[in-house]
Amino acid sequence: MSHKIPAIQTDYTMKTNLPPRTTRLATRAIWLVVALLGAAAVGGIALNRGETLNALWFITAALCVYAIAYRFYAAWIAATVLGIDETRATPAERLSNGRDFIPTHRWIVFGHHFAAIAGPGPLIGPTLAAQFGYLPGTLWILFGAVLGGCVQDMVTLFFSTRRDGRSLGQMARDELGNIGGSAALVATFLIMIILIAVLGLVVVNAMKNSPWATSTVAATLPIAMIVGLYMYKLRPGRVLEGSALGVTLLLLAVVAGGWVDSIPGLRVLFDHPGLTLAFAVIAYGFAAAILPVWLLLAPRDYLSTFMKLGTIILLIIAILWLRPDIKMPALTQFTDGSGPIFGGALFPFVFITIACGAVSGFHALISSGTTPKLISNERDIRMIGYGGMVLESLVAMMAMIAATVLDPGVFFAINAPAGIVGKEAAEAVATISSWGFPVSVEQMNLIARQMGEATLFARTGGAPSLAVGMASIFGSAFGEHLLALWYHFAIMFEAVFILTTLDAGTRVGRFMLQDLLGNIWQPLGRTSWYPSMLFSSAVVVAAWGYFLYIGVIDPNGGVNILWPLFGISNQILAAIALCVATGILVKSGKLKYAWVTGVPLLWLVIITSTATWQKLTSDDPRIGFLAAAQSLSDKLASGMLPPDKAAVAPQLIFNQQLDAALVLFFAALLWLIVLDMLRVCARHLQGKPVPPLSEEPHQPTQLEQAWQRD
Amino acid sequence: MATRLTHGLSALWRAIRELSGDDGYERYLAHRAANHPEQAVLSRRDWFAAQQQQQWTGIKRCC
Repeated sequence: MSHKIPAIQTDYTMKTNLPPRTTRLATRAIWLVVALLGAAAVGGIALNRGETLNALWFITAALCVYAIAYRFYAAWIAATVLGIDETRATPAERLSNGRDFIPTHRWIVFGHHFAAIAGPGPLIGPTLAAQFGYLPGTLWILFGAVLGGCVQDMVTLFFSTRRDGRSLGQMARDELGNIGGSAALVATFLIMIILIAVLGLVVVNAMKNSPWATSTVAATLPIAMIVGLYMYKLRPGRVLEGSALGVTLLLLAVVAGGWVDSIPGLRVLFDHPGLTLAFAVIAYGFAAAILPVWLLLAPRDYLSTFMKLGTIILLIIAILWLRPDIKMPALTQFTDGSGPIFGGALFPFVFITIACGAVSGFHALISSGTTPKLISNERDIRMIGYGGMVLESLVAMMAMIAATVLDPGVFFAINAPAGIVGKEAAEAVATISSWGFPVSVEQMNLIARQMGEATLFARTGGAPSLAVGMASIFGSAFGEHLLALWYHFAIMFEAVFILTTLDAGTRVGRFMLQDLLGNIWQPLGRTSWYPSMLFSSAVVVAAWGYFLYIGVIDPNGGVNILWPLFGISNQILAAIALCVATGILVKSGKLKYAWVTGVPLLWLVIITSTATWQKLTSDDPRIGFLAAAQSLSDKLASGMLPPDKAAVAPQLIFNQQLDAALVLFFAALLWLIVLDMLRVCARHLQGKPVPPLSEEPHQPTQLEQAWQRD
Repeated sequence: MATRLTHGLSALWRAIRELSGDDGYERYLAHRAANHPEQAVLSRRDWFAAQQQQQWTGIKRCC
């Protein structure tokens, strides 16, 4: 580690350059200590019952597990399973064009890759999964990442780097055949729609009847445009100047939101129910999709990236400094499936709820296509692919800590939808207290007042409870009287990068749709043709807008339906990526190592298939889509529903049936591609013809400059 | 000590500029000068517009 590695090195020189025996012994001793410490911390978390547990245990366990997995498992995969070859020229070198293929320093690529993969997902999933207690989510975040998610990201990055940076869909088509390729494309498009809808719902729930949050989030739009004009018209390409201006304005907007909130005349302008806000988000999404990128999308992305990195660093520092105690029990009674935030038992739903942060299929789209075009040497792949996901897993861990340092009663009061615990505050606290998580109306009012909100009840979605958790952590570390500011800062920060994902996703969805429609009628495929652009943007926005609308009118909060749907689709995308990787390993004659991707694949197939099965066949209306449709239509027929609920009931019934069809379709896609992969592997092993490996031939690297390495 | 600190800070500043893309136009000019010295280069604004357009055509942001 400490000794200097020459630019080009073969295995032979590696052996002769080994450090002296005493250093080797010391290194071994250090790793033994890390292993023992990690085992003690994980054991402490897992076996602890009843005693208060400090957040530092979680950080220790995480860091030790990551370090050992990175040092040993990832290094072994890189050297033995993949066969990283540092003498080989990467596509960035061979195809260098100064635009997208650019050999780049590994830390810079790491930064770009991490900024691309880490969105709001790892913050929301763990917060929702905390309803099972801290233990299941924590273990899945740790071990799901090091054995599944990090492996998926690294092998996809490697295989794409060996294939000129081709996308996952192209690799699936080249290596498995047309069926695999088409399945990957369709899955990508659908997951994008569901993802945008659920993220939109999270933003709406955070802004609902909160003038402070709404005015702050609204202010981010003109701020992004000012930054866009600055970077494009005034001082072209001066990204840092523009971003500094933008971040300053965003912080002022948080403060100004408090001022808006205190003036009754301004307050009413930003005080809206969920449905109005949902339509505003839909209208905004359409506008963002058709505006030029330099005006809104690109500048806001600069801002959200800076905010994201800054906030994550701040959160890590605050947790280390403050070392808060965890208040949530290890396991709650909701592991049986009766949870208020989403229905469904621990298995399989904790693995579905936490996708980002443990295994996220979406990362395969970044690891193929974008990042491989920047890698200057194959030896950087472990750090960027595996290491990038390790860092995202750590972010998910922080979110888990922020959710579990809250009083469980408060956590459930914020996250449980009104349809479960009751609309009135007294009713809600009575229900939650009866579960064994005492909370009072006064306590909730006090917290709401401290956070500068009228109420915090039923703000399902994760963002508000995370913001309360973050505000209380930041508040204790950097100023108690600033709680309301910290809360709205956290809301603004999440909204900013949720809206970035929403814009970018709508845009990508539009391109995919245009690509598809171009096969039917050629002019529709021209991405710059205005009517085609308007039409395809409208279709994409309408698709996610529909799910967002239904999510808002659903009295059970919508998150209950949409988040599992998103989790299932994201895990299915991960399974597709692992199918492609397993197929390539088998075809490369590495059958004995195929378990490296095969085992996580098997696990994903088990959990997504079980979840799909339960979503289709469960009798519990909170789990099964069809049971929910049935129960609602029974209630409607018997006239039990109050008029306002009866009015929307037909739409909700239709939506539950649609969701059932959708989840069935996802599972069919998954099985199609798994069977296709198994067919290709079996044919290869029998010596029958299969699509040939599409790896580019070896060319020796010419890059040896010092700047490439350090 | 002082020089090492200045070195460290300037390396950090270079990394921040490269990571954010702030030095993108300079790198573009360097790339053109090294590989296509005979061809005309884009103006700063045109380069920025083209670069933004190119940057946002694929999947760039995740969940």
